[in-house]
This record gives sequence, structure tokens and C-alpha cells, in this order.
Amino acid sequence: MLTPDLTSVDGWIDVVSAVFMLVGAIMSLGAAIGLLRFPDLLSRMHAATKPQVLGLFLLLASIGLQMRTWWVWPVLVVAWIFQLLTVPVSAHMVGRAGYRTKHLHRELLTSDELDAVVQKAAAQAAREDGGDDGSTR
Amino acid sequence: MMQVVLAVTAVILSLAAGGAIIRIARGPSLLDRVLASDVLLAILGAALCIDMAVNRHMNNLMLVVAISVIGFIGSVTVARFVADRREHPSEP
Repeated sequence: MLTPDLTSVDGWIDVVSAVFMLVGAIMSLGAAIGLLRFPDLLSRMHAATKPQVLGLFLLLASIGLQMRTWWVWPVLVVAWIFQLLTVPVSAHMVGRAGYRTKHLHRELLTSDELDAVVQKAAAQAAREDGGDDGSTR
Repeated sequence: MMQVVLAVTAVILSLAAGGAIIRIARGPSLLDRVLASDVLLAILGAALCIDMAVNRHMNNLMLVVAISVIGFIGSVTVARFVADRREHPSEP
């Protein structure tokens, strides 16, 4: 059946889930193109999150639409929420390690809010070191 | 119609997996490779989801969750213990 039956509810559900599957697959393709084309680690991280959150949501929704039962939706929501909880943590760790090992083009940043914090912490550590050397030892 | 969608998404996901593998092979730093392998795991999960949606079964759902756990643990571990081994750290 190449042309869907648009007069019934089943045909419309098929069309919607097919569109969800295609868009979810195109999210993966967009992430791969972004990985190949973007210049540094932070902008590649921006592209890499597309299939992990929105792509997985679209594909799980198409599974729920295709199964035609209600009990699958809580299971799919649990799987998606688990992905939502784990992806920001790993992205944070990768981004922090990339900042510390200086895998970034500084001229591409519009603002660097972490730089002021790092400078302040370094100045405070240097001041405390100097005070310790003079008074206690 | 579902078979046409299956074929089209198989082609798209194969291209995406090829791009991620090229970035894993070429990636200038370790973190680029970790990020690209995370994307490759997401593409594998997407392929499993499309198989479930087209064939109308739920057998792979635990596998999708396990893949997301593996990606999480792997990228967090590597990012925690990554070190800078370049000669000139100013070059990205």
C-alpha cells in the first residue's frame, strides 16, 4: 500500500507516525553533518544533541502511535525521561573537559562567562597561598 | 507505505552513521571521538526504534534504554579522566 487511506483514522495515524520517523531520522543525519562541518568541540556538541532528545522523542512517539494501545505510553515516557536526565550530565562533563583542555576557538565565542570565575578563583587561590606562607609556617 | 518509510530511513541512518564514523576516525581530539561515538549510539537507538515502530513490537525497548546508559557512562568516564597531551595547547 503506497498511498495511505486518508478517509480513516488508521490512515492518518500511519501518516503522522511516518512523518515522525522521517523527521527523527533526518535529525540523526543533521547531527552527522554537524559533526563533520562544524569547526570545534563546543559547536559540534550543539549538533550532537539533536538525535539524542528530539529525535528519540519523535521515534518513541511513532512507536506509541503504531502500537495502537494505551499501556505503551508510560513505558515510552519513562525511556525518554531517562534520556533527558542523562544527556545533560554527559554534555556538561564533556563541555567542562573541553574547556579545561582548551579544545575551543576563543575567537568564535560571543561571551565567556566561565572565564571571569576561573580568573577570580585563581586570584583567590594565589592570595591564600601567599597568606599561608607568611603567617603559619 | 511503512516499507517505503523503512527503506528511506535506513538510507538516511546509514549516511548518518557513516558521517559519525568518519568523525571518530578523523577527530583531532579524544573528546571529539567521544562525542561522535555518542552520536553513533544515538543513531543505533534510532534504528532500533524504527524497527519497533514498523514491525509493531516492543522487544528492543530495554536495548534502547541500555544504549543510552552505555553512552552516558562512557562519555562521563572519558570526560572525567581526559588529559591534555598536546605539544601546543593553544591550537584547538
